[in-house]
Amino acid sequence: MTTAARPVQHAVEVTEVSRVFAGRKGASVTALDAVSLTVAPGEFVSLIGPSGCGKSTLLRLIADLDTPTSGSIEVFGKTASQARIDQDYGIAFQQAGLLPWRTVTGNIELPLELHGAGKAARRERAAELIELVGLTDFAGHYPDQLSGGMQQRVAIARSLAESPSLLLMDEPFGALDEMTRERMQNELVRICAETSAAVVFVTHSIPEAVFLSNRVVVMSPRPGRIRDVLGVNLGRMSDRGENLREDAEFFHSVSRVRELLHGDTPTGARGVETR
Amino acid sequence: MTPAGSVRTAPAKAGAAARGRARLSQGMPRRILVGALGVLVLALLWELYILLGPEDGVVVGGVTVLPRASEMAMPHLWVMFERILEPVTGSASAIPMWQAVLEASLFTLGISAVGWIVGVTVGLALALVMQRFKLAESAILPWVILSQTVPLIALAPLVRRWGAQLEFGAFTWENWMSVALIASYLAFFPVSIGALKGLGSPDTNHIDLMHCYAVGWWKTLWRLRLPASVGYLLPALRLAAASAVIGSVVAEVSIGLRGGIGRLIVEYAGAAGSDPGKPWAPIFGSILVGLVAAGFVGLISLFLRRFRRGEVAA
Repeated sequence: MTTAARPVQHAVEVTEVSRVFAGRKGASVTALDAVSLTVAPGEFVSLIGPSGCGKSTLLRLIADLDTPTSGSIEVFGKTASQARIDQDYGIAFQQAGLLPWRTVTGNIELPLELHGAGKAARRERAAELIELVGLTDFAGHYPDQLSGGMQQRVAIARSLAESPSLLLMDEPFGALDEMTRERMQNELVRICAETSAAVVFVTHSIPEAVFLSNRVVVMSPRPGRIRDVLGVNLGRMSDRGENLREDAEFFHSVSRVRELLHGDTPTGARGVETR
Repeated sequence: MTPAGSVRTAPAKAGAAARGRARLSQGMPRRILVGALGVLVLALLWELYILLGPEDGVVVGGVTVLPRASEMAMPHLWVMFERILEPVTGSASAIPMWQAVLEASLFTLGISAVGWIVGVTVGLALALVMQRFKLAESAILPWVILSQTVPLIALAPLVRRWGAQLEFGAFTWENWMSVALIASYLAFFPVSIGALKGLGSPDTNHIDLMHCYAVGWWKTLWRLRLPASVGYLLPALRLAAASAVIGSVVAEVSIGLRGGIGRLIVEYAGAAGSDPGKPWAPIFGSILVGLVAAGFVGLISLFLRRFRRGEVAA
């Protein structure tokens, strides 16, 4: 890498991306319309917006689980497809999606095993990650013996297994109760500070987006567009903690995002949780 | 998926799981007891009918609606069991009935096992091909279902005739192979249907994950589809075992193969007029074959228990 000659490489670079889903009888739905977005290495970016604004679609496009109708997506300077093949990102969904026949350790080892890591190396890495997400006492448990929050922690550990420089998260805390959710957010902030990975995080929750992010991308539906991008000035990840939620700047950012979401429709954007 | 499931604390869940295991281990003797009770009730009903039922049955308008309770038509249970211990025929060289039945049962069990293995292999192979290629599914599946509408009796002579024409080198087609083939013809069906459903059972979440990991079809099959299919496959294997036994017994009769329990059932049925206990011995024999076959599949499911863990609720 010649950092002097080339500009700093983006973790994600989305350029003029549109995604049109063909409906029946010629009817089509424009999920994303000419969306452009860049994510810097180590940056935490949240995508927020009402249901149907295309934020999950955008994440799936970056993950190469779907292909854009037009426009281009680059991940670390490569095509999304190549980045997927090179395992440049880790991913976590709203459903933990653990394999029920594997223990916590087995589930975290899965990506390593699939990509041919040695047994000893796998064990070591899994133990490390289990400690990182605070499940040391549950390493041998099966997913059905864990609570929803614990399962989601395993899923996050699994997404970190191959030390990716980019994490893609699609409402990973969406199915959790409020208390577990805040605890998980605190942990994610800590984990991000430790791994210094870039994160693209899809969420419905305004406080969640503000608490976690360096930047919040506010999207609007039909067609899916980026309405505005808000920088959050809450300091570095490693300095963020529970008391941040009481901070005046935090409240300020929350109301800014809320205003942006409601935008020119004062009745309020439906489908957004303002908790 | 239930919200209650996600807020339940882990110790409570682990406790529930432990209780579940305890219930299972406590339940084992109980289940055996209940099973034995069921057989006992059946035996009692039989004897009760012999005791209370009319000697000539109940005939309504020339149709017998309830069987005759005579010694010849419905022998007492002890007659059946005494008969098993006695020699097959009156001749001095005759072996005991239980020995003849046991030998025939083993013979049939062996043929059923061959049929089961062939059927399971073919069924699995078909399911894999159908899973892999959508086109193959639409091409093969209707034929798989149609295959089961062909009556066994029609098939037996055909198989036998085709088999007789097979001959290469030292290999000659034997009658028992025809029987095994027919057994496999019945056995493959539940396996192919069950395996197809099982292989397609992982949810999109897991499929997406495998796609993200950039692994191919084979690795996805081995790490995801096959383990996920176990819950569907085991009942299919049990069904296949039962079908293989029934197929063998019936095919023995229609092909005319000697030495098996099917043949014995037909042979001994002829003696019912003078020796009412005799036809029951091979019937018990065939039940035994079925139980052993089911037990064998039960043994397999014991080894695959890990893959039948409850789906994750979150």
